[in-house]
Amino acid sequence: VVGPHSGGAEWALTLSTPAQGGGSAVIDMENMDDTSGSSFEDMGEMHQRMKEEEEEEGEAGAAEEEDGEFLGMKGLRGQLGRQVADQMWQVGKRQATRAFSLYANIDILRPYFDVEPIQVRARLMESMIPVKMINFPQKIAGELYGPLMLVFTLVAILLHGMKTSDTIIREGTLMGTAIGTCFGYWLGVSSFIYFLAYLCNAQITMVQMLSLLGYGLFGHCITLFVTYNIHFHSLFYIFWLGVGGLSTLRMVAVLVSRTVGHTQRLILCGTLAALHMLFLLYLHFAYHKVVEGILDTLEGPNMPPFQRVARDIPVVSNAVLNTTAKAIAL
Amino acid sequence: FAGLADVSISGDIPVEGEITVPVGSRSPDEDYSTLDEPVKDTIMRDLKAVGKKFVHVMYPKKSSALLRDWDLWGPLVLCVSLALMLQGGSADSKDDGGPQFAEVFVIIWFGAVVITLNSKLLGGTISFFQSLCVLGYCIMPLTVAMLVCRLVLLAGSGTISFIIRLIVVVAMFGWSTLASTAFLADSQPPNRKGLVVYPIFLFYFVISWMILTFTPQ
Repeated sequence: VVGPHSGGAEWALTLSTPAQGGGSAVIDMENMDDTSGSSFEDMGEMHQRMKEEEEEEGEAGAAEEEDGEFLGMKGLRGQLGRQVADQMWQVGKRQATRAFSLYANIDILRPYFDVEPIQVRARLMESMIPVKMINFPQKIAGELYGPLMLVFTLVAILLHGMKTSDTIIREGTLMGTAIGTCFGYWLGVSSFIYFLAYLCNAQITMVQMLSLLGYGLFGHCITLFVTYNIHFHSLFYIFWLGVGGLSTLRMVAVLVSRTVGHTQRLILCGTLAALHMLFLLYLHFAYHKVVEGILDTLEGPNMPPFQRVARDIPVVSNAVLNTTAKAIAL
Repeated sequence: FAGLADVSISGDIPVEGEITVPVGSRSPDEDYSTLDEPVKDTIMRDLKAVGKKFVHVMYPKKSSALLRDWDLWGPLVLCVSLALMLQGGSADSKDDGGPQFAEVFVIIWFGAVVITLNSKLLGGTISFFQSLCVLGYCIMPLTVAMLVCRLVLLAGSGTISFIIRLIVVVAMFGWSTLASTAFLADSQPPNRKGLVVYPIFLFYFVISWMILTFTPQ
């Protein structure tokens, strides 16, 4: 609302709060979606709204008509009961729709995906560089795009590893196992460390923890990508300590900078370091363990054929054998 | 209509015009009445629309036809045929090592939903079902690759067949990614195209991987 000020020359601008969508606090994106004019959901919604209005009009009309025709207490009470039930249903449905549009709106997540490709690249590089300054709380970007993409990349790499090693999953499917493992680790360990951080009075929010652990999986992705293709155990251990260690050190340094007290720092960072490194170990060995068997069978034909060497049978048993044979022959 | 019984029109006044009914009681897709036409016409019209979209995927130039009239028939047919062809491979019958029908189905639809959500969260102007439609139609090159792989595997499964399959699958994977990028990336702000293309790349990579590692029983 723009109105002239009493002074005449100045304009006072007051903004009225937009009250659309039944009072939902988040802007309903369906109203701003320009290109979906012919899409099914919008038509469906419009149709539903019109049907509701029609039904209300129709009901009112029908109720009046029927009240006039079917006189009698029974008809009236039945009619009243039905109307009350209908009204309760309408009110309940409207409340549920409002709650749904408020909480299931994906716009809640929109601020966490507000990144540029340059930022994502920079954060990926930073996740391998441990910070030196641990006396000052380090900044953690609360962003979810990078971590989510890293988890999906890890799933893809795991699938690749399982396929090349012909891992056979008995109860379940390859894809389900890979997704369950990666997402379970990311969400589960984040929640656990967040809980520990809450106990140890560390300054970190859930989204920041998700983001930190997600970017820490970058080291895992690199290690597994290399070692699933080049099968040397020593190479894996070098990568485990080097790459895995670097990303763990970075996470630990950031957490240390945000916690006070030696015991708390020890608990928090010890747990995180142990879980992170052990997860990499687990991923390598559990999803690739058949590789050794395959390597052995591949080397089989190159081994010297099994040598038949005459064994030195001890004299005693020879004598027993001869005696027994003689006894039977008798 | 009781009140209309006594309306009389004098014979020499021609009555013409359109009887229009108010908007509320008209169903959404009836600009023209499609209830009275023969079933063959309805089916042919839908088939032609699906066919036109297939052609658009084959030659991916920027056109809005795929986006404007989205439909999910094509993606459904492609998904079911791909899942059927990928079934029953790569392990003995006791343990299920190969992808099952439901697994492939879930991967394709779950992956498409995740990519759509991601592109919406990054500020895209495309609607949910339009994006699903584009991603589903762009699986077509990979379905063709699966068909070719199965035919090649009928001939034999040595190193040469693996190389042929690898080349075919990689080519089709590139085609799928380019086709879907041509349609989807335009709906993003220009500096964030890379962020949307990467999940699409990963999605088609997983499907290509399943196709490439398929070994029949």
